[in-house]
Amino acid sequence: MEKFTVISGIVAPLDRPNVDTDAIIPKQFLKSIHRTGFGPNLFDEWRYLDHGEPGKDNTRRPLNPDFVLNQSPYQDAVILLGRENFGCGSSREHAVWALLDYGFRVVIAPSFADIFFNNCFKNGVLPIVLDSTTVDRLFEAVAGSPGYTLRVDLPAQQITTAAQEVIGFEVDAFRKDCLIRGLDDIGLTLQHADTIRRYEQQRRLEAPWLFNK
Amino acid sequence: MSGKTLYDKLWDSHLVTQDDDGTALLYIDRHLVHEVTSPQAFEGLRLAGRRPWRSQSVLAVPDHNVPTTERAAGITDPVSRLQVETLDRNCSDFGITEFSMTDLRQGIVHVIGPEQGATLPGMTVVCGDSHTSTHGAFGALAFGIGTSEVEHVLATQCLIQKKSGNMQIRVDGRLAPGVSAKDVVLAIIGRIGTAGGTGYALEFVGQVIRELSMEGRMTVCNMAIEAGARAGMIAVDDTTIDYLAGRPYAPEGAQWDQAVSAWADLHSDPDAGFERVVTLDGDSLAPQVSWGTSPEMVTSIDAVVPDPDAESDPVKREGMRNALAYMDLQPGMAITDIRPDHVFIGSCTNARIEDLRAAAAAIRGRRVDAGIKQALVVPGSGLVKQQAEAEGLDRLFTEAGFEWREPGCSMCLAMNADRLEPGDRCASTSNRNFEGRQGQGGRTHLVSPAMAAAAAVNGHFTDIRED
Ligand code: SF4
Repeated sequence: MEKFTVISGIVAPLDRPNVDTDAIIPKQFLKSIHRTGFGPNLFDEWRYLDHGEPGKDNTRRPLNPDFVLNQSPYQDAVILLGRENFGCGSSREHAVWALLDYGFRVVIAPSFADIFFNNCFKNGVLPIVLDSTTVDRLFEAVAGSPGYTLRVDLPAQQITTAAQEVIGFEVDAFRKDCLIRGLDDIGLTLQHADTIRRYEQQRRLEAPWLFNK
Repeated sequence: MSGKTLYDKLWDSHLVTQDDDGTALLYIDRHLVHEVTSPQAFEGLRLAGRRPWRSQSVLAVPDHNVPTTERAAGITDPVSRLQVETLDRNCSDFGITEFSMTDLRQGIVHVIGPEQGATLPGMTVVCGDSHTSTHGAFGALAFGIGTSEVEHVLATQCLIQKKSGNMQIRVDGRLAPGVSAKDVVLAIIGRIGTAGGTGYALEFVGQVIRELSMEGRMTVCNMAIEAGARAGMIAVDDTTIDYLAGRPYAPEGAQWDQAVSAWADLHSDPDAGFERVVTLDGDSLAPQVSWGTSPEMVTSIDAVVPDPDAESDPVKREGMRNALAYMDLQPGMAITDIRPDHVFIGSCTNARIEDLRAAAAAIRGRRVDAGIKQALVVPGSGLVKQQAEAEGLDRLFTEAGFEWREPGCSMCLAMNADRLEPGDRCASTSNRNFEGRQGQGGRTHLVSPAMAAAAAVNGHFTDIRED
């Protein structure tokens, strides 16, 4: 997993609540057996005017000019600004893979759906919860100056605006550490292999039916 | 000291380690796997040279991509086919039991787990699918995980988790005839919203819940995720135990007795504390129909499409306007005047035998209305299909003009060939009405099986309490 320390870049505003995983990456793209290549189909139904399918040449498809990511300079955005309940819907990690593949490393919103929030951390994407007043202010700032950038400093847990305003954010200590070091969860857990085995042995005695088949 | 909730008990009994900040390693008893969210997890295992920790705990089935027409013909779409074949290969390489596409036991992962008794009370159950909450109906802690976590569970039999809060949803009273578990859960979501349960594990209690069958309880827990909660659960009682007795994966003999006595503790203690409690009155509950593009946009069959102008929250108002534009509905229109042109009876929410019985009963010898382009019945599993055929339900459906299909997810998410065309309006027993969920531009109204069947034969939504 790619390490995450400090990220600076353009903020793309996605001004609608309850952006669900079906909207982030429509289901026809879930048929892939790989982790990469989802970027061109991120928000496919909003981004293109025609219907997307895996294997279709996306460079030849008609773009929806009203969609934010089709407007300059948001093609290069690395931070996505969203509204309430971002990432609701299914557990599909493809949603995060698509955001990452497009180039997003940070999603800022007043609230996130649980599974999506969790999936972000597993893939080096930082989801930041800010109160809705601050999010409102950021939306206004972005609307006032397209190409608006932010600097996100994970170790310091701070966002710095172009005007040098500093906004603090919360992040779980364990997840922060994993992101900064780019750590693989599985390796970390396997350090507890003996404890897991001891748990299993005990459990087998108490509830043997759990181990039948 | 106050007592424990059911969730507390399930959590505590699966705790392997816990750090000071609450980050815990939770042991997983049952891991269900399907073709869409697993290929990258198996690929990860291979790349790291790892093997599954306990392959016996895993049960795999293809469901999302499988065709619901003639199985022997295989899958025409090469991308879907590759995904299903990848699951077959991964299962055989790693020694995992799989009910393959042509196995009679194949079906939607959340239907077959309970049907096989592979979901048992007191278990932790995970699957790379958000509707894993379904299995909580058995007094299990069951929740959906992402693909990285699928790989993590395969490799370590554990998950890194933080505990959620406890929320109780109490539904008192008695349901009127024709009002079902689906209406209960839609009404709950309508009340608390799609983020109402975020950060909580839900426990459903009250007389209405106690009187539901296991099928009904699964329908309720299934949609906990639509209420924002990863897990929903219901305490174990005789209904649970009667359902499980004799299932292929359930314990037998002395072990069964031992298990049953252990399961007696799987309920919240009377003095357990919940951070949030929500109460609904079952007596006054009407059949529900969703009118928008989020499951919380739902109302009673005897109501009208709501008016965004009456909503004070500007974000919600805008959301309602967008939804009504997408759904092509006018505020003030009677719900009973909405005319679907498709009917879909299926999905992990409502494709069990009882759902099919309820739908068949609502037809009562009538035929699918001429205004309906397609009416599909997709059983949740091969065994549900077999049972329905033994009861003659398939003939009731086909004689009425429904299509009777092979099991799978089908038009719930339209990953296979079953899908809506732009502008199509569907009465659906599934769980999500997001834009494009059942096919690009498709419009979904979430309803119960009986309501879907009644809409099919009447050509519009009908109050089945009067039908
Ligand atoms: S039936 Fe629908 S909701 Fe259920 S697992 Fe399949 S796609 Fe998901």
